[in-house]
Parts: sequence; structure tokens; C-alpha cells
Amino acid sequence: MSLGNSSTELKKVRGLGSAGEGGEHWIGERVSSIALLLLGVWLIASLIMLPSLDHATVSEWLRSPLGAVPMALFVVTAFWHGLDGLKVVVDDYVHEPGNNFALNTFLLFLAVGGAALSLFALGKIAFGAAA
Amino acid sequence: MAEQRERPLSPHLSVWRWGPAMAVSILHRVSGGALTVAGLAILTWWLLALSRGSDAYADFSKLASQWFGLVVLIGLTWAFFQHLLSGIRHLVTDAGDNFEITGNKNSALLTVLGAIVLTAALWFYILGGAK
Repeated sequence: MSLGNSSTELKKVRGLGSAGEGGEHWIGERVSSIALLLLGVWLIASLIMLPSLDHATVSEWLRSPLGAVPMALFVVTAFWHGLDGLKVVVDDYVHEPGNNFALNTFLLFLAVGGAALSLFALGKIAFGAAA
Repeated sequence: MAEQRERPLSPHLSVWRWGPAMAVSILHRVSGGALTVAGLAILTWWLLALSRGSDAYADFSKLASQWFGLVVLIGLTWAFFQHLLSGIRHLVTDAGDNFEITGNKNSALLTVLGAIVLTAALWFYILGGAK
């Protein structure tokens, strides 16, 4: 500890992990994992309980609020958690700051784009007229 | 100018001895990566096909029910269950529990066994029920 620095020890180390930033990312990854545990099991259970996986049956299911709303939550949470996880892997293996930033930014755009595309498709199904 | 020495950076893959805990840690990343990259791409593709109508959806269903489509879907189901079970184990260790060697090792083996059993049970149910 150098003289003239009045910060407390805690203040100095808070948020300084190997990623150089705070624990919010770590916590967020765990919160989204609990959400996905519920939503993922819901998705698989729903799909196997549908009488058929043909276009009419699946569309009708996704037009109902109990189909469309959890599916929208699943899409958002899955892309969020997937991006969180890939960022951890990138931060572990891509150390050069420029490459790290480029790859993380690329994955961010890909995840946001994929989530937007999925939500657009889901909205079109959910708000579309019955066939 | 002195040559800069290559300093070790985490994760120190070369210093670990193979064991259940390490293998499950790697499986957690591999399954998470597969679910994010392949799983979310297929989820987006499936929703888009649904939104574009019964012809586009029929094309998707046809590909998905080919043997290679089933291999991918079964693989993703396994990845989902592996990631779910090792994720639960992860949350327990995050909370500071399950660090005793025997329990930690057994729980690692249990996630691998559980994922295989759940995947097999689900697909026996799906393919058996399709008759």
C-alpha cells in the first residue's frame, strides 16, 4: 500500500477479477441460469406434450399466451445466457485486448441480432391470424 | 531490450490431472457452446420457418427428421441435460458447498450419468410414441 492513497483495501479490490470488471456479470449468468432451468424444462415438456409438431398445432400453441409468453422469455434469456457464457470462454482464451474486444463485440451483435430475429418470427406467429 | 517472458495465464489446462471434476467442467463448456451456437441457430431457424408458413415449416421438419437432423437434435438434448445438471452442481459449489473430494467427484459422475439417462428416456419416449 502506498502512502497518499486513502482508498480502503476493499475499495481497491472490489470488482477487480481477471476480467477487470465487477461481479454483475457473474451474478447475472447465475440468475439467467435459474430462469433457463425453468424455461428449458417448460419448452421440452411442452413440445413432447403437443399432440403433433405440425405447422397448425405448433402455430396454435404459440398464438396462446401460455405458449407465446414463455417462448419470448426463453428466447431472450437463452440468448442472454449464451452470450454470457461465450464471453467467459472468450475472456479465458483470447487475451490480446484488441482481439478480445473484437470477438466479444461480434458475439454481442450476433446474439442481439439472433434474439431480435427470433422475437420478430415469434411475434408474427403469435399475432398472426389462425390458418 | 530484455525479451518479455511469457507469463502463465488462466486457465492452466496443462497443470491439471484428468478426473471427473475436470472432465465435467470441460463438458459444461462444450455443451454450453453447442447449445448457444447450434441450439440457438436452430431455434431461430425453427421460429422463422414457422412464421413463414406451412411450406417453409415442412422443409424444416423434413430436414429435422432425417437421420442427421435427429443426430443433431439428440446431441442438443444431451447437451441441454448435461449443461442443466452440471449447472445445478455449479450453483451448489458457487454457494460454497460440495467441496469434499468424494462428494464432489460423485456429483460430477452423477451429472454425466444423469444426462445420458435423461436423453435416452426422452428420445425413447419421442420415437416410441411416434408409432
